[in-house]
Amino acid sequence: MFECLNLEVSLCGTKPLPEKVKIVEVGPRDGLQNEKTIVPAEVKIRLIDMLSEAGLPVIEATSFVSPKWVPQMADQEEVMSGIHRKPGVTYPVLTPNLKGYRAAVKAGAKEVAIFGAASELFSQRNINCSVEESLERFEEVMKAAMQEGVAVRGYVSCVLGCPYEGSVSPSRVAEVARRLYSMGCYEVSLGDTVGVGTPGGMAEMLQAVTREVPVHALAVHCHDTYGQALANILVALQNGVSVVDASVAGLGGCPYAQGASGNVATEDVVYMLHGLGIHTGVDLPKLMDAGSYICRSLNRRTNSKVAQASCKL
Amino acid sequence: MGNIPTAVKHCLSYENLMRESFWLQQPLRENKWPELHKFPEFVKIVEVGPRDGLQNEKEMVPTEIKIQLIDMLSQTGLPVIEVTSFVSSKWVAQMADHTEVLKGINKSPHVRYPVLTPNIQGFQAAVDAGASEVAVFGSASETFSRKNINCSVEESMQRFERVISAARQACIPVRGYVSCVLGCPYEGQVQPAQVTKVAKRLHELGCYEVSLGDTTGMGTAGSMAAMLRAVMAEVPVSALAVHCHDTYGQALANVLTALQMGVSVVDSSVAGLGGCPYAEGASGNVSTEDVVYMLHGLGIQTGVDLTKVIEAGDFICRALNRPTNSKVSQATSRSQPSFKEIYE
Repeated sequence: MFECLNLEVSLCGTKPLPEKVKIVEVGPRDGLQNEKTIVPAEVKIRLIDMLSEAGLPVIEATSFVSPKWVPQMADQEEVMSGIHRKPGVTYPVLTPNLKGYRAAVKAGAKEVAIFGAASELFSQRNINCSVEESLERFEEVMKAAMQEGVAVRGYVSCVLGCPYEGSVSPSRVAEVARRLYSMGCYEVSLGDTVGVGTPGGMAEMLQAVTREVPVHALAVHCHDTYGQALANILVALQNGVSVVDASVAGLGGCPYAQGASGNVATEDVVYMLHGLGIHTGVDLPKLMDAGSYICRSLNRRTNSKVAQASCKL
Repeated sequence: MGNIPTAVKHCLSYENLMRESFWLQQPLRENKWPELHKFPEFVKIVEVGPRDGLQNEKEMVPTEIKIQLIDMLSQTGLPVIEVTSFVSSKWVAQMADHTEVLKGINKSPHVRYPVLTPNIQGFQAAVDAGASEVAVFGSASETFSRKNINCSVEESMQRFERVISAARQACIPVRGYVSCVLGCPYEGQVQPAQVTKVAKRLHELGCYEVSLGDTTGMGTAGSMAAMLRAVMAEVPVSALAVHCHDTYGQALANVLTALQMGVSVVDSSVAGLGGCPYAEGASGNVSTEDVVYMLHGLGIQTGVDLTKVIEAGDFICRALNRPTNSKVSQATSRSQPSFKEIYE
């Protein structure tokens, strides 16, 4: 399978665990985007408001992508104008290109996110262009954002494996992360899109990326498709990462494996972090309420084990 | 894990969770990661599905299905498979066919087949049925011991002393288990010192290995590390195993922590068989498939053929008419293209 290098030091981490971890809640966007059931705007708005009350510092609200591609996000403007923005909380939105960026800013967005891929094939199949072309598109967004004082977060997909290419080299991930960071992204979130990664691969990838991007500007976005997410997040923390993306109730199945799970559940991540003595600012019972609410609206069971154990199905 | 005469179907509502498990909200004062070892090159997986797993499944499984499951598992490369429990069928109906199962399985020369023996009577019956290894179950929590096996921890140790003494005479190795090492459904918080006391006693009495069980699955990497640090001061790490439950989704992170601290024996259950008897609808044992996936990804050898374990898991889930709890199994059964094509 994967080459296993001498990983003892990086795997076990030479840094102490962070005292604080920022959770980036992606449920309303990444989560809902991958749910089959279309959810009305008022439900999305209520969900985001409940998440704001749960103490999450960043909540990805919606995506300014054409509704032709992602019908779930067609109500993007309504959601943006409907949510109650809690002071101190940021509400980034996805903007795949300049057009989406303009619409986002018009709708009141103060922060946007752009998505690159570490795999050429994934980029072609997912957004119909090469990695290089996508980075050029993002540079346009970046230029406009910098002029207008809008913060930009970058994402890199397929950092630990690609559904089309198979294994992905850490140096390729590092290169794309470096490009996003140097063009002006304040943070780069590294996504294990198909959830195939294991702690060894995570450590190796982070070692490569941190040679190009400072660790305080990195986040991890782990999928739990193979049950590896929490172990991967733990190793990321041991390697100095202090920003973790997660999705309430583990919303968002994996589009590449029918019936398989996708995003890691925010509740389960918060449970682990609090058990480690790490501060997140999140109120776990309120978070579970939000998870329970959206699962009822979607008429589906939660993917969060903490919620299941607490009977918040 | 252990015999459960009356399952506590106490639904841990989140309010109860926060109220009863107050320590979950209190950060550990000591936020320092403990001394780390090199990762082991080889990890021994102890497969507990046929016993611990099935024991906690509602559906009664016919003897021939149990035998077929164990025979399939014997072909996967798993070095240890816990077969059954010589406990009174009055307490654990699922294990009533213990003698038939032990006599009926096709024993592979490369595999060990321990059985649970709560007392000397169970031990005698196990030996008569051909057992060549046995296991005894202690608890780090006094209340859990009383509710689970109707006696105090001290009384249970005395019972086990008799079993271990008889086993020694018969040259039969004994494995010890400690329940509730990271929390108890009745007492709540469990101190590492309590766990150490019981683990040390079992080891000194003659158990060649002591498996530390997070019975309620409440533990996190932090509490796992703190508990192991205490136990490892008294029991050599080579004699320790971890038995993690995935009720709160923490199992793999906890197993990883244990590996980082030098533990090289991990208990798991094919398809994650065995729900949690304390929280309705919640999961229990960590699934063997997910553990093996992680270990192989780390370059750690196990001798296990993951595809064959998945097949055994599929078989028992069909027999039980329930979906698997293993995420690897869920992902590989329907992925396009298949996991095998890309990654092997």
